[in-house]
Amino acid sequence: MFTFDDSWYLVLGAILFSIGAVGLVVRRNPLVMFMCVELMLNAVNLTFVAFGSLLGDVGGQTVVFFVLVVAAAEVVVGLAIIVAIMRRRAEANADDVSLLRG
Amino acid sequence: MELIWLIPALPVAGFLLLAAAGRRIGDPGAGVLASLAVVGSFAASVAVLLTLAGEPEGSRQITQTLWTWIPADSFQVSFGLLADELSLMMCLFITGVGALIHVYAIGYMRGDPEFARFFTYLNLFIASMLLLVLGDNLILTFLGWEGVGACSYLLISFWFTEPANASAGKKAFVTNRIGDFGFMLGTFLVFVTFGTIDYLQIDAAAPGVSSGTATAIALLFFLAATGKSAQLPLFVWLPDAMAGPTPVSALIHAATMVTSGVFLLTRLSPILEAAGWANDLIAWVGAITALLAAGAAVAQNDIKKVLAYSTVSQLGFMFIAIGSQNYVGALFHMITHAFFKALLFLGAGAVIYSMSHEQDMRRYGQLRKYLPVTFATMFIGWLAISGIPPFSGFWSKDEILAGSFEVRPAGQLLWVAGIIAALLTAFYMTRLMIMTFAGGTEQWRTRSEDLLPEVPHDVEADDAHASGHDDHHAHHLTPDHTPREAPAVMLGPLVVLAALAAVAGLLNLPFADSLHFLDHWVEPTLEGQSGLPDALVQWVLALTSIVGACLGVWFAWRVYQQHRVDRTRIEQPVLAHAWHIDDAYARVVAGPGEASFQGLADFDHDVVDGAVRGVGGATQQAGDAVRGLQTGFVRSYAFGIGLGAVALVLFAVVRMSL
Repeated sequence: MFTFDDSWYLVLGAILFSIGAVGLVVRRNPLVMFMCVELMLNAVNLTFVAFGSLLGDVGGQTVVFFVLVVAAAEVVVGLAIIVAIMRRRAEANADDVSLLRG
Repeated sequence: MELIWLIPALPVAGFLLLAAAGRRIGDPGAGVLASLAVVGSFAASVAVLLTLAGEPEGSRQITQTLWTWIPADSFQVSFGLLADELSLMMCLFITGVGALIHVYAIGYMRGDPEFARFFTYLNLFIASMLLLVLGDNLILTFLGWEGVGACSYLLISFWFTEPANASAGKKAFVTNRIGDFGFMLGTFLVFVTFGTIDYLQIDAAAPGVSSGTATAIALLFFLAATGKSAQLPLFVWLPDAMAGPTPVSALIHAATMVTSGVFLLTRLSPILEAAGWANDLIAWVGAITALLAAGAAVAQNDIKKVLAYSTVSQLGFMFIAIGSQNYVGALFHMITHAFFKALLFLGAGAVIYSMSHEQDMRRYGQLRKYLPVTFATMFIGWLAISGIPPFSGFWSKDEILAGSFEVRPAGQLLWVAGIIAALLTAFYMTRLMIMTFAGGTEQWRTRSEDLLPEVPHDVEADDAHASGHDDHHAHHLTPDHTPREAPAVMLGPLVVLAALAAVAGLLNLPFADSLHFLDHWVEPTLEGQSGLPDALVQWVLALTSIVGACLGVWFAWRVYQQHRVDRTRIEQPVLAHAWHIDDAYARVVAGPGEASFQGLADFDHDVVDGAVRGVGGATQQAGDAVRGLQTGFVRSYAFGIGLGAVALVLFAVVRMSL
């Protein structure tokens, strides 16, 4: 009645991705938004690994390393921006930083 | 042979030197320097001529390529000078007459605050004119063509503080642009047809060209010629060009520049040979111009205006000759005309000089007592232009008229038009001479308000009380004025020109083949010769033209000396206004012309500019429309990216399921 197969990983990945996407849109704290982005990235990683094992292709696991490297670089830049904002304002709110409005 | 480049280089050097340091060189110095440059150029022409004459006939052609001017693949324009019989002959009379007029101008322009500037322009003009005739291709000739046009503009409006002078310069320039348009189109057509713009190659290839193309080329270059050489319909600028100083009128608007149209068509004679009806058009335009201008000259009161219309009329004769393929006749008349018309203009200048710059002939009279040398030289010029043998004008005019007689079916009509124009020429020149030098009374002694055709005869010629003050720069002629002969520096050129005008007929006497010097000299460069009628007919034609000239003189004598006929019956207003051609142009340009120009301007403003502005405006509005999307909220961007991703996935799924 309850069989555990690879599709569960894909479902879990989809759920994690959705949580991350919704969180990115609804939360205003940049730190939390970053965590949501990380969540989405990791959901994608999980999907890659699951497909890699499903199809017997090692490529799926290789891509994960690239994603990790890009995520690390993105976090470095993103955190630097957040620190710069925090130095100017008391609280960090993503909607306050809207100077590039058209 | 390596001297050819010197011919234009000397006036160029003179121009550069005067442009740089003319003011410092000062009053007579600048004029002497400019004259020396032209005399040197004349000497160089003579040297090249001697070299050329040493060559056997048929190979008298020297091309000196100085450098390649425009190298563009198959379109190569060299800065090359072509010295052959035709171009050297032009060089000789340009530099010869030019040098005389330079010397004259030293006296005429004396005391003018812009003395150096005047000679700077004169040298530039001579240089451009020499380039025009020496260039071995159409583009180089065009350079000279535009150069003389620019100098003409600068010199007509030389005294530009007077608005009338400035606008006369502009009129000449704009009218000439219409002709230049023909020159450019003609050059393009020549290049398309022959693949070259080099005269020698054009001459070689011309016999193979189709008649239609040759006609088109001939018509385009004739349009150019009507501009520069003041023929119908573009002659209107020349009478106004008399606003310039008199030496300029003599040099540019009588002797040299206005003949460049004749030269150009002569240069392209192999094309004209194949041009069919274009030749008829040229001959008839020349004849009609000669008639109309001679008619207009009859009623002018400004001494320079008479000579200006006379120039237009004489140029018409040259075009009759061109259209009759009588190129030697055209060149012959060009040379003799250069001598006697330069003489008449310089003589008129001497009269104007001695009459306090008064140009109205109604205020002259009896001047032969005061200006004997001017009178004597102008007398020879008058005989020459009126066509009285043995003076030069008779021979050249007669050759043109005889050459036109049997060329085409209507040749006799052409001849009749020429004879009438010649009769009118004798009439108006006699009128000029009588009003200026004879006429019974010294008209300037009456008040200017009484300037009516019939002046009461109670004004006594009482020059005993006249004071001898020299008011050369005062522009008011006072009743107690005593005319004084111009200085020797002005009279010298007059005497030389008078001698030339008297004997220039020797260049091409019709009596025996061995006397056709000019004929034999330029023959190798010309295509086609008009057939002259046989000797007996020639004698009859010549006698007729002598009788015509004498009739003109006699009639003018009766009207202006003996007052047997009321002069107002001859000097109709329509003649004084030159058949209202100028007024008609003014009306057309001011009425429908201006309206259509305004229409074009509106088109440019509304449609052309409108399209440009429309593109800019549309971009801006599109930007305004979509700028709302850029909220500045990072989260809304993220949402947009998410939506886009979902849309892409949906699109892919739908496509795959189809």
